[in-house]
Amino acid sequence: MTLPTEKTCLVVDDSAVIRKVARRIIETLGFTVSEAEDGNEALKVCAAAMPEVILLDWTMPNMDGYAFLQALRQAPGGTAPKILFCTTENDVGAIARALRAGADEYIMKPFDRDILTAKLEQVGVVHADAA
Amino acid sequence: MTELDFDYLRAYLKQRSGLALTAEKRYLVESRLTPVCRRFGQASLRDLVGALKISRDTAMERAVVEAMTTNETFFFRDRLPFDLFRDVLLPQAMAQAAGRRRLRIWCAASSTGQEPYSLAILLQEAAAKLAGWHVEIVATDLSTEVIEKARLGLYSQFEVQRGLPVQWLLKYFTQIGEQWQIGASLRSMVDYRQINLLNGFEALGTFDVIYCRNVLIYFDAPTKADILNRLAASLAPDGALLLGAAETVIGLTDRLSPHPIHRGLYGHPVAAGRAAPPMTLPLRAVAAR
Repeated sequence: MTLPTEKTCLVVDDSAVIRKVARRIIETLGFTVSEAEDGNEALKVCAAAMPEVILLDWTMPNMDGYAFLQALRQAPGGTAPKILFCTTENDVGAIARALRAGADEYIMKPFDRDILTAKLEQVGVVHADAA
Repeated sequence: MTELDFDYLRAYLKQRSGLALTAEKRYLVESRLTPVCRRFGQASLRDLVGALKISRDTAMERAVVEAMTTNETFFFRDRLPFDLFRDVLLPQAMAQAAGRRRLRIWCAASSTGQEPYSLAILLQEAAAKLAGWHVEIVATDLSTEVIEKARLGLYSQFEVQRGLPVQWLLKYFTQIGEQWQIGASLRSMVDYRQINLLNGFEALGTFDVIYCRNVLIYFDAPTKADILNRLAASLAPDGALLLGAAETVIGLTDRLSPHPIHRGLYGHPVAAGRAAPPMTLPLRAVAAR
């Protein structure tokens, strides 16, 4: 049964393994999780129903995470979701660029449950007790 | 390390220290225990586990437990104690010390530095309000090894992602290869010293705020009581002591009492005729951010 108050999270990554790992962790934190394997697909999911949180890879075919973020922030309702980049890009320049484009948090891969939970707490969609 | 070896270590640590490791903490076991292997001449974690199973080498046993427990820390750990500092303790201490414009903070089990540096970041963020104030952070730990790491302020990508907002990572750290070093100005705010809490610490003086979190859990009740009594003696009259979530003063000392509202916060019992300390901000307002 899906409760009407249930939180939603979209995981965008071209790796099925990463999507599966992230989904497993995020579901235990009480989210309903959807998946997309590139930016184009993610925009379609968002157009159908805007999620509360988006976990976003950077390097993907068709439309990368950065282009998706820019497009989403222009779209109707697109400023609402909290966006957490989740990428192997780990230099200061990339992080600063992502934040300027409107990302709320930034995860450098590899990540684990602690990091993902901490970052979701950081953006205020998970409360410490839930972890 | 095989699954069986890992399970053995989990059970071993649980029994000896109460530490409960989840299956995902494999990387932590590997990164913490590899140096222990080297120190005790074991070629691999597998060999170390084998040695633990058959030997009575208490030094090695202790090294394994210490490596896995005493340094378990991250930036803004548990968050609430730091929200309390920013929203309640700091404003209150500033009001009380407005005349002398001097604050003393002690992190009594500072481990690799994340706790004192988290406080240093909050103080830096409040720098405008604190202009003209002398704020001292004393950070102590039993282990000289972790103090050296704390002084250096160099953290792995894993460490800087647990609890530290990315904005502050960019603002206060410098990337060095795969690691991140906290800036020199924040490092200079913390005075690190080696102290064993079992021995005297009166020489450090008195403090307005003392963080002593997740260390008492490793001691038996008489030792806990002894340390708490001496912490009370080191606490300024209106000072605040913060303990870990699993720790308390109840049943151990009557020289400290829990704050009526804020979990984890302790102070001197309110003496007859003395006004209650003005720590009355509702918890909800503190927790929401």
